[in-house]
Amino acid sequence: MSANLSAIFYLISGILFILALRGLSSPETSRRGNLFGILGMIIAITVTFLAIGNFSNSFIYVLIVLVLGGLIGSFIAYKIPMTAMPELVAGFHSLVGLAAVFVAISAFLNPEAFNLGYPRDIKLSSLIEMSIGAAIGAITFSGSIIAFLKLRGIMSGSPITFKGQHYINLLLGISIIVLIFYLCNTQSESFFWNLIIISFLLGLLLIIPIGGADMPVVISMLNSYSGWAAAGIGFTLENSALIITGALVGSSGAILSYIMCKGMNRSFFNVILGGFGASDEKLSNKDKDQKPVKAGNAEDAAFLMKNASSVIIVPGYGMAVAQAQHALREMVDKLKKNGIKVSYAIHPVAGRMPGHMNVLLAEANVPYDEVFELEEINNDFANADVAYVIGANDVTNPIAKTDPQSPIYGMPVLDVEKCKSVLFVKRSLSPGYAGVDNELFYRDNTLMLFSDAKKMTEEIIKNLD
Amino acid sequence: MEIDPFIFRLSIFILSIFIGYYVVWSVTPSLHTPLMSVTNAISSVIIVGAIIAGLSGDTQSIFNTSNIFGFLAIFLAAINIFGGFLVTQRMLQMYRKKKKNK
Repeated sequence: MSANLSAIFYLISGILFILALRGLSSPETSRRGNLFGILGMIIAITVTFLAIGNFSNSFIYVLIVLVLGGLIGSFIAYKIPMTAMPELVAGFHSLVGLAAVFVAISAFLNPEAFNLGYPRDIKLSSLIEMSIGAAIGAITFSGSIIAFLKLRGIMSGSPITFKGQHYINLLLGISIIVLIFYLCNTQSESFFWNLIIISFLLGLLLIIPIGGADMPVVISMLNSYSGWAAAGIGFTLENSALIITGALVGSSGAILSYIMCKGMNRSFFNVILGGFGASDEKLSNKDKDQKPVKAGNAEDAAFLMKNASSVIIVPGYGMAVAQAQHALREMVDKLKKNGIKVSYAIHPVAGRMPGHMNVLLAEANVPYDEVFELEEINNDFANADVAYVIGANDVTNPIAKTDPQSPIYGMPVLDVEKCKSVLFVKRSLSPGYAGVDNELFYRDNTLMLFSDAKKMTEEIIKNLD
Repeated sequence: MEIDPFIFRLSIFILSIFIGYYVVWSVTPSLHTPLMSVTNAISSVIIVGAIIAGLSGDTQSIFNTSNIFGFLAIFLAAINIFGGFLVTQRMLQMYRKKKKNK
């Protein structure tokens, strides 16, 4: 196959990837979009084989590892529970990053195969491109590993900070640039290996100080990085499918990080520098026990909901932890049978990754046209009778609207307090991730239901009969 | 004077960023998780580089370091491609509308 013809096919697969993302503008078209993506991938892989046209030597090995990887990937995709989606995505990001590093290494060791020149005499532009691809890939890899460990609970989700952290990162960042400069001057292999090791290190140190609830930003950011790494390799290989895809994924991740940061009213740098919520905890613990709290049980909750005409459910990360989505759907079904209008309100940063709550609700067979985003539903709280807050906390705190001193001031919040009554399922009165006491607990119209999210919901179901 | 081919690639890159920008803003927020998993799958098109590396060389050099890294990269990217697309499909199957006769 001629180089021009394969370039055209790569372009086609790039366009199919654009259509795959375009399909996600509505759930109706999304499934077809995904098929476009698969088709694009098949075209890209087939064309690569045909363009090389070398089926004699290592073809069989290539096929074996391809099938082996495919089997493992398929197995994971079918087995993974939906609640584990954030760590799965983080894990997948790390694989893309590492694959980018490996491709860069092969290109560096054997540039002839890629038409980039000869060992120790690689074209300057290619060398710059591959070292950028390798560096970003390595950062993506080690950063995603840390994100994975934190999301999986293997590593503590609380921010880990130490003195001089930012200076070390800055130093590592500068040394990456210096190493690329010397690598280009000398073409020496040792600079290349050092570059990769330092990038691995930087990835680790970048993500370690960032706490659990900031993970939506981190995952989106690593998503973006994996795209830029792919684009860097795409420039090296002069492959338009890779360049297009890298740019798409890079900007997609960047937009998601932006949306997530806006959902917390924090700047990107504030999140990346990390340590949020680590210092404020002591402050808020002081005056906690003085204020009176109304506590109720499942019977009270069921009574309130039975007599309501509209109920809004506010799910959060706690729902995911307790795996309460199925019980929740059952409860809602019961309510709907009694003629009560029920909708779901999702805050942009609810959960551990963008759209986390939506997937869990979809898994529990909640129709997506009953699930609303913050802007769509926020005005409805004033007209609703009951808000059922299950596993959410900071995103409902009215203090974000009133107290400029508060660390979460200015963050968009769900106007839960405007409901006639608020049912707040929570295990204790402890403050949320931001370390801020939730004023909502002490309101007259709030009834605290101290229990595990799933247990409480199941008990309410019993009491609804 | 001739234009360096790099400039053309750069043009593709910059224009694709703009396409990505507009396409991703039109993605409905409820599908942000499938968006992440599908971008993950498509970024594994990096496998084309891995295949080139894996297929290079003659019979004696199948297990050169460069080829080995190629094989490893194919393996990782394949996990991602199959895993990413399939898990996206599995998620998207769950997004259903309200049944009419309710």
